[in-house]
Amino acid sequence: MAVKKPAAKSNVSAEELLGYYRDMLLIRRFEEKAGQLYGMGLIGGFCHLYIGQEAVVVGLEAAAKDGDKRITSYRDHGHMLACGMDPKGVMAELTGREGGYSKGKGGSMHMFSKEKHFYGGHGIVGAQVPLGAGLAFSDKYKGNDNVTFTYFGDGAANQGQVYETYNMAMLWDLPVVFVIENNKYAMGTSVQRATRSPSLWERGAAYGIKGEEVDGMDVLAVKAAGEKAVAHCRAGKGPYILEVMTYRYRGHSMSDPAKYRTRDEVQKMRSERDAIEHVRELLLQGKHASEDDLKNIDKEIKAVVNEAADFSKESPEPALEELWTDIYA
Amino acid sequence: MATEVLMPALSPTMEEGTLAKWLVKEGDTVASGDILAEIETDKATMEFEAVDEGVIGKILIEAGTEGVKVNTPIAVLVAEGEEVPAEGAKAETAPAPAALNDSEGKVAAPASAAPAPAAPKADTSPDWPEGTTMKTQTVREALRDAMAEEMRSSDEVFVMGEEVAEYQGAYKITQGLLDEFGARRVIDTPITEHGFAGIGVGAAFGGLRPIVEFMTFNFAMQAIDHIINSAAKTLYMSGGQMGCPIVFRGPNGAAARVGAQHSQCYAAWYAQIPGLKVVMPYSAADAKGLLKTAIRDPNPVIFLENEILYGRSFEVPALDDFTIPFGKAKIWREGSDVTIVSFGIGMTYALEAAERLAKDGISAEVIDLRTIRPMDTDAILASVMKTNRLITVEEGFPQGSVGNYITSVVMEQAFDYLDAPVINLAGKDVPMPYAANLEKLALVTTDEVVEAARKVTYR
Ligand SMILES: Cc1ncc(C[n+]2csc(CCOP(=O)(O)OP(=O)(O)O)c2C)c(N)n1
Ligand SMILES: [Mg+2]
Repeated sequence: MAVKKPAAKSNVSAEELLGYYRDMLLIRRFEEKAGQLYGMGLIGGFCHLYIGQEAVVVGLEAAAKDGDKRITSYRDHGHMLACGMDPKGVMAELTGREGGYSKGKGGSMHMFSKEKHFYGGHGIVGAQVPLGAGLAFSDKYKGNDNVTFTYFGDGAANQGQVYETYNMAMLWDLPVVFVIENNKYAMGTSVQRATRSPSLWERGAAYGIKGEEVDGMDVLAVKAAGEKAVAHCRAGKGPYILEVMTYRYRGHSMSDPAKYRTRDEVQKMRSERDAIEHVRELLLQGKHASEDDLKNIDKEIKAVVNEAADFSKESPEPALEELWTDIYA
Repeated sequence: MATEVLMPALSPTMEEGTLAKWLVKEGDTVASGDILAEIETDKATMEFEAVDEGVIGKILIEAGTEGVKVNTPIAVLVAEGEEVPAEGAKAETAPAPAALNDSEGKVAAPASAAPAPAAPKADTSPDWPEGTTMKTQTVREALRDAMAEEMRSSDEVFVMGEEVAEYQGAYKITQGLLDEFGARRVIDTPITEHGFAGIGVGAAFGGLRPIVEFMTFNFAMQAIDHIINSAAKTLYMSGGQMGCPIVFRGPNGAAARVGAQHSQCYAAWYAQIPGLKVVMPYSAADAKGLLKTAIRDPNPVIFLENEILYGRSFEVPALDDFTIPFGKAKIWREGSDVTIVSFGIGMTYALEAAERLAKDGISAEVIDLRTIRPMDTDAILASVMKTNRLITVEEGFPQGSVGNYITSVVMEQAFDYLDAPVINLAGKDVPMPYAANLEKLALVTTDEVVEAARKVTYR
């Protein structure tokens, strides 16, 4: 497999590279397990897997510092794992149990962690965009240098509120990185069938917002772009847009047969551009890790995921009284 | 170790399916992500991927089999070189799903049982101490003072909306705030309700206490997704972690001759939403005391004002820090023959009617709800148990009105006390007309309240 050399500008140590490998693998194995539990009826409703897109959140989290915030859509499991939320709590929320991050009341699409500055988990396409700008507003108002990563899809990019938000975010110099996760499809609608815009990030220009396109299958490229965007925000220059080109391997949600694309298209991305495979090759080629080292990491991750799955099955369903709690603070 | 591959559920509702086609055969080596089979649900044909790696040891269900129940073993996966376990020997299966949808267990009695009617306990304590010095103020001034006082006491409070700063407010409610607090805290927004309502909610998640002014609540329909889906529901969806202390305020309901798209009352809409608090003051004192409470409340509050009331003057207590609690109705006038419940501008008609009725010897008790959610139903029940007759008055549309809800509460908890059917007076069931005469007809009137009172008192 042809592997691109990491860009010279991204100074990463072997240790960091191993860390990214681990983080991406955790997301992939976690999602595969979630898919399996869904198949067994333990997870219900909508369940949107992040498989294929792992490098996006892992790369951007590598550019974040303590105190930075993140917010995203319903396709949120990867974001939560990448920012350090406990896989047990996430999986138990997927199974709707008491031990879940929202006590089982939020589900796959609605989880939050104050501790990790993760602000959800939103089910209305595009709604998280102004919310993310509002989080950035709160940091600017308080006068700190935190940045908010606001993730949304290529489909969400056509919602009007995104542009309302662009305008205000630039007008008020809000420290927000708008991350468009362009996975080429919004459910069954390809980007080309949804817009004639040649690119999504360039739309920011109408509001004076800078941005760029990023290879989302290369975690180092994502990290480098993330660092640039974050530096821009922290310097008080306002928002920045990253259109991260990525791909989801699975259907939109568990119940999507994905007939709008060919098996070959998916297979080609998987075999030629897989982000985890890419880092694996870098690690092996650079002799930063041996096959055995990587096998061991694999085992560790499997154990973490199995533990999360066990927890998510053993944790009881929420007490019936929970129906009536958390309506008002 | 051998692993059973189970028939997967491929949609939220799937219970069984057809194993249409195997894409692997016994002896094939598979890796996670490889497609094993095609499975037909009632909606679509789906590909089924391997999660583990190994060798297909045995195919248990033939291609073409219909009605394969979810979780039935369909194949056995073994490790390279491993034997397929003999029939009957237990291959490792992932545990069967726990009984999740036990229909009895799910929402048990405490959730749905109607509350046992207890004797209503209306809080009739005075809103301010006896002997407090009063000053005359318009509702407009009272609202501005409430915001200014709260902004002075907490830097977390800020105001955002269209024309709130430089222009001093489209209806001059934010007059002087920019001068005192500066552009950091009094923020003009573009005309983007959905966007700035969302930014407000995000800022509340981030620890601030935004006051979001809608130029009128008609335009909050642009933003209602954030008010309900983002602001009202997040605390619940986050299991209590993430509250949203925010006030959405602005004029609501009919002004005068502004036509159908600018004249709607949204009280009943928002009153329907758990997670929201809904306030609709009538007097200046209530406007001030309730707005201060709203700003301090840790929940999203819908604060419905009225353009026609902005310029009316009332007596307001001259206290440094005066608040009115939510969920406490105010009895404006005591009476014994009929209870009239209203809120906001509806109080104008209720009070005028009571005055006229008194002249005819009918004694009406007039209750101002002040907050619609939470609602002081105890005050209503206590009054109905005394007068045995009830009229509700509001400007909103009749179907699904606040009055309809009040009626249901009274039916359930004080049915035996009623001597006449409850009458719900509301705006007419039409979009607001522009023509002056028609607009008058569309609105609820004092005459209608008087007539309804005669009807329920049979006089
Ligand atoms: C306002 C709104 N409209 C429609 C939907 C239904 N819906 C859910 S996800 C989705 C596609 C979104 O695609 P994209 O933004 O590209 O994100 P992705 O799923 O690819 O991550 C749609 C149409 C919704 N949830 N909210
Ligand atoms: Mg997409």
